[in-house]
Amino acid sequence: MTFIKDFQHVLKQNIREYGMFIALFVIWAVFAVLTEGIFISSRNISNLLNQAGYIAVLGVGMTLIIVIRHIDLSVGFMAGFLGAVAAIAMSFWNWPVYIVIPAILLLGLLLGFIPGFLVAQMKIPAFVATLAAFLIYRGAILVVTEGTGTIIISNDFFNAIGNGFIPDIPIGILPEMHVLTLILGIIAIAFYIWGELKARKTKRAYNFEVLSRSIFGLKLAFVAALIGGMTWVLAGYNGLSWTVVIVLIVVGIYSFVSTRTVIGRHIYAVGGNPEAAELSGINVKKITYAVFGQMGMLAALSGILFASRLQSATTTAGTLFELDAIAAAFVGGVSAAGGVGKVTGAVIGALVMASLTSGMNLMGIGISYQYMVRGGVLAAAVIFDVATRNR
Amino acid sequence: MTVPLLEMRNITKEFPGVKALDDVSFQVAKGDIHCLVGENGAGKSTLMKILSGVYPHGKYSGDILFEGNVQKFKTISESEAVGISIIYQELALVPEMTVYENIFVGNEISNGFSIDWNETIKRATEMLANVQLDVNPAVQVKDLGVGKQQLVEIAKALSKDVKLLILDEPTSALNEHDVANLLGLLRGLKEQGVTCIMITHKLQEVMEIADKVTVLRDGKTICTLDAHAGEVSEQALIKHMVGREINNIYPKREHIRSDEVVLEVKNWTAYDSTVGRDILSDVDFNVKRGEIIGFAGLMGSGRTELALSLFGNPEGYKIKGEMFVNGRLTHFPHPQDAISAGLAYVSEDRKQNGLILIQDVMQNITLANLHAIAKRSVIDENAEIAIANKYRESLNIKTPSIEQTVSNLSGGNQQKVSLAKWLFSNPDILILDEPTRGIDVGAKLEIYTIMNQLVENGMSIIMISSELPEILGMSDRIYVVSSGEITGELPIEDATQESIMHLATRN
Repeated sequence: MTFIKDFQHVLKQNIREYGMFIALFVIWAVFAVLTEGIFISSRNISNLLNQAGYIAVLGVGMTLIIVIRHIDLSVGFMAGFLGAVAAIAMSFWNWPVYIVIPAILLLGLLLGFIPGFLVAQMKIPAFVATLAAFLIYRGAILVVTEGTGTIIISNDFFNAIGNGFIPDIPIGILPEMHVLTLILGIIAIAFYIWGELKARKTKRAYNFEVLSRSIFGLKLAFVAALIGGMTWVLAGYNGLSWTVVIVLIVVGIYSFVSTRTVIGRHIYAVGGNPEAAELSGINVKKITYAVFGQMGMLAALSGILFASRLQSATTTAGTLFELDAIAAAFVGGVSAAGGVGKVTGAVIGALVMASLTSGMNLMGIGISYQYMVRGGVLAAAVIFDVATRNR
Repeated sequence: MTVPLLEMRNITKEFPGVKALDDVSFQVAKGDIHCLVGENGAGKSTLMKILSGVYPHGKYSGDILFEGNVQKFKTISESEAVGISIIYQELALVPEMTVYENIFVGNEISNGFSIDWNETIKRATEMLANVQLDVNPAVQVKDLGVGKQQLVEIAKALSKDVKLLILDEPTSALNEHDVANLLGLLRGLKEQGVTCIMITHKLQEVMEIADKVTVLRDGKTICTLDAHAGEVSEQALIKHMVGREINNIYPKREHIRSDEVVLEVKNWTAYDSTVGRDILSDVDFNVKRGEIIGFAGLMGSGRTELALSLFGNPEGYKIKGEMFVNGRLTHFPHPQDAISAGLAYVSEDRKQNGLILIQDVMQNITLANLHAIAKRSVIDENAEIAIANKYRESLNIKTPSIEQTVSNLSGGNQQKVSLAKWLFSNPDILILDEPTRGIDVGAKLEIYTIMNQLVENGMSIIMISSELPEILGMSDRIYVVSSGEITGELPIEDATQESIMHLATRN
């Protein structure tokens, strides 16, 4: 009986953290039933992850924006615009791809400093500053695609970012499976378990509260099964896609920076109490610049992923990305009051939003109802945030 | 004997852990100007909030009688309905609205379905004439000075047929001319039969205008003095205001006489553009190594503003003057620079701008000096835990774990976390702003003991405090601040509660 009590206690204490996993699990289970299993087929899951990728990177950046109590509405069309610039650079100016990608990321970073300047220096509400940028980028996309309409991208390397998969190593066993993906999955599980055990040991050494042995075991088994299951499903199709690899790298870096470094701690301190942070010697303006700057860079990455996936730059690229990113951040547990929210949560949030789209598409639900459902989920996520904030 | 206009009987009001008012009784006769005086925290504002219905009937014990009838105000509008109007220190006008809109806001004159603006403007003009304010009623309130805004507030109160006007420190933000004007107006209103209760810290004004004075101290009525019977004098008022024994909770320390000046400030003037006046003028002081310097004064006298203006000026005041740290002329564009130069500021309001309440004890302690426990900007978690545990032990912070969220700690322990944060930044000069506000006696004693240890090890402390016993018990030297100026410097040997009060109420 203590196990069940422990379980309930842990669930209650960490409902904010686990809520999104529960939401994702429920959504997948419902769609799996409603689509008679098509939803959880290897092919669909693989597609779904690639679709979630360009929202996930935006959601990661948006999490930090919301953590410091701001918002960025411009990221969608900024991503679309930068995707178009990338396409033009490759197709019309014949720039090599290995120049185009870093150049676009740098351009995104610089463009991100503009709302950073307006918010930090001019004290303009982020909502207004980025709404203006939203309109400007929308116009900018139309300007750069005016003569040509959709710009086709024919660079194979670039297109592989959104459509390609990591190569396999031919060793002869499990011929239908993608073996490298499986090996990476096993390594990931091993790393996860090793990391958790180490953290638990450290915590115990300092007499901190740790999960009871049985709950800890359950958590390890659950996450290991999750990673294992996902890799198994992906290995059954084409294996890990480059998009997923990129998202994992971005999340890895962001997770490390936000939890383990000085600047990460400063960002969360500014979000938690800007006055106290300023008096503690943290330069709130600099942090604001940095956070908007990284958002611009991730918008550029998102634009690259999306253009690559479509193998073209379109006149409507980026439409509603910002709202999906904001929804992803909120579903992922970021708090509108600031100072709380993990970047890893935004990835789960992006998966939730992409799953809704994918599942409803499979069921043949019209786009009109899809918008309503996505809106409802966003509202539910924020209501959940407010309802669980003071626990 | 005539029935007093107002009688408050045996009022007792408790907040969690504190008795703000303890069996307070007082009477106000019709047509009097009745002043209410007392130190910060004596209970004056609480008493007026009960009278005006901010703290509703049932949340306190005791009776309010107005014109002989028992009143049970549940809201402010109920007290306004019988003719009681209160004007707070922070004015309650809408800056973007015009004068006439403000006078009748919440009390609009309508003709059927819509507001009758012509009648509103006509009546507003009458009200303005009544308070002798010569402005166009169509100007926006934000374009008026503080003194004129105050008169608009009074006009607003008069438009509601006020019988008892309560003014909470009406002159604290006014210049001399406006003060004289206001006092003249109050005399005029008195002739029209309006009774007035005025809370003030400025004893000169009390002497000038009061018919009667009631002194509150520590939530109790001490006495009511009648000016017409010659009972009111500055000496008498100060004696009644401070007349408590200094209880001996201040740990002994050798007073250090060092000549090494670590901080010197000269001709320091700060202009705050949000209020449109100098909040500090020509401040001069110095701090020597190993000293505790007490900054005494009343709330709002400019002590916190002084500390902030020295500590990297986060409020963006326009500053003139010079600051020398260890003999070198310095200038701090940001708190960061002040911290690097060896200053630390433990803020007055730990919840508002001291701590990150949603973060844990450990994260709060290390926040101001993260680079000390980071290698190439990556935080060493073991070092962080060690630091947090070190301060938890040395300052005796009572928390189940250093991973506990700070908002769950008691006030005293939060204050220790705040202190730990700044001790970890390893300062030479520690500024403590109201270091023991809102914490219990045991925790106070612990903080005092820590302060003594720190100065013994060569640190210098600037302690801003509104509690006179604390100032007298802990300081080596005392500066008294009043209305943004230093009105006196007292060596500890010459300082008494009375002498400090004199200087603090001088401007």
